[in-house]
Amino acid sequence: MVNSFTFGQYIPGNSLVHSLDPRTKLFCVVIMMTAVLAVNTFIGVMITALFTGIFLVLTRVPVTIYLRGMRPLIILVVITAAFQLFLIPGEVLWRWWVFSITDNGIKMAALMSYRLFMVFVLAQLLTVTTSPLQLTDGLERILRPLARVGFPAHELAMIMTIALRFIPVFFEEGSKIILAQVSRGADFQGGWLKSARNLVAIMVPLFVRAFRRADDLALAMESRCYTGGEGRTRLHEIAMSRMDYLVMAATAALVPFIIVFRN
Amino acid sequence: MIEVSGVSFCYPGLESPVLHDINLEIKPGEFLALLGRNGSGKSTFTRLLNGLLVPTDGDVIVDGYNTRDGSHRLRIRQLVGLLFSNPDNQLVAGIVEEDVAFGPENLGLPPAEIRERVEWALSAVGMQDYLKHPPHMLSGGQKQRIAIAGVLALEPSYMVLDEPTSMLDPRGREEVLRTLMDLNREQGTAIIMVTHFVEEAAAADRVVILDHGRVVAMGSPLEVLTRTDDLSDWGLEAPEMVLLCHELRKRGYTRIPMALDSRRVAGAIKQFSCKD
Repeated sequence: MVNSFTFGQYIPGNSLVHSLDPRTKLFCVVIMMTAVLAVNTFIGVMITALFTGIFLVLTRVPVTIYLRGMRPLIILVVITAAFQLFLIPGEVLWRWWVFSITDNGIKMAALMSYRLFMVFVLAQLLTVTTSPLQLTDGLERILRPLARVGFPAHELAMIMTIALRFIPVFFEEGSKIILAQVSRGADFQGGWLKSARNLVAIMVPLFVRAFRRADDLALAMESRCYTGGEGRTRLHEIAMSRMDYLVMAATAALVPFIIVFRN
Repeated sequence: MIEVSGVSFCYPGLESPVLHDINLEIKPGEFLALLGRNGSGKSTFTRLLNGLLVPTDGDVIVDGYNTRDGSHRLRIRQLVGLLFSNPDNQLVAGIVEEDVAFGPENLGLPPAEIRERVEWALSAVGMQDYLKHPPHMLSGGQKQRIAIAGVLALEPSYMVLDEPTSMLDPRGREEVLRTLMDLNREQGTAIIMVTHFVEEAAAADRVVILDHGRVVAMGSPLEVLTRTDDLSDWGLEAPEMVLLCHELRKRGYTRIPMALDSRRVAGAIKQFSCKD
């Protein structure tokens, strides 16, 4: 478990970024992602890179963690860059057979790689410093005004909380079912048709049990006085502090710069 | 006090009722064991106590609130905590403290009080060191103790447990039982425990046996659990100690007392062997 590290896994900590309100972080990440996708000049790139860099340092999570999370995505970045490199027309600098590299191609390849890379880094910045529960809380609070027009904000957040809780449970159950079938002679090797058929044999019992669990859980929740979102309070009531507004203001200040340095 | 008077229950669509004319009073602070084989109606009975189900006939009255009256539903659920057998299916949140907080959050308590209750409930079940743990990293017994804490955080006067140990290994079973007995003794919470392990019922103040939806026996463990022939008619196994005492008496040791506690039986046997 220690060695398997997944993209954007939450790393507990008490840095400035960790302690920010999840809503602040959502706001900043959305602004910065937009900025990164909008920039197209060298100065713009430098400004967004610097800004993201400051944020990363403030998380006090080692940069290697972010880079390790990026590993499976490198191939995507490389493919995107290759497409840009060879397919953008412009002044030809180098040619071999049907491949040609142009000055615009290089520029676009670099820019697209930068954008993709930054989007992934920013996504990680959010999820590495915010626990899934906080993130859910933040989303619920952002969506709460929409509840007045009938949008199920609380229900969505509750569904996410429960889903997060049960992912490891189903994982364990899935591997138990596989083991049970293997021990009775099931063969999980073979072509895709066979694997598809095997998958059915795993998914059906998994689903049946999931429904039974859902029934039990509903009873347990009702027994613990659950009546929906109304009148509910939270153990960790999220609240915006002065620091949150400061960070949001600083991020918002990025917007005019991006507009100015765009061409 | 929970008053169950003349309660019958029939699931909609089914012809034969699951429970027939149950009369029972549960006093505050008592430890009641409810025994019965599979299908005897004991699970249904637990769901009637906190108003998840409403009796077809008769009334369940919890500290003066009738479960029939929907306006007291929350009050009744807070007074009567209900715990199920599978701990995995009753934990809501992915962090222990968040899960224990679920009940008090539903009551709309201020965060400071929720925090207090979470810490109190977790220390009452001896899990105060696991505040930030995800439940799936805990053992079955630990998970069930977290679930108990989750119910306890509502500060119930009665705690109804539907086979709380049936999914656990012997060690987890022991952990949970000890936790429940401590709660009963130290917090004065009434415990109503459904089980089909006769041994677990031996520690209770009172034993009630359900069979085919009727109360067939009620009394102290010593009165009820020593009726070996009746127990097998009800689909239950007599406790080992009772069987041992019976066997010894049959072989002429008539002065062996009936006891459920292995230490008492051992003491009695020792006396005999010293005398002979």
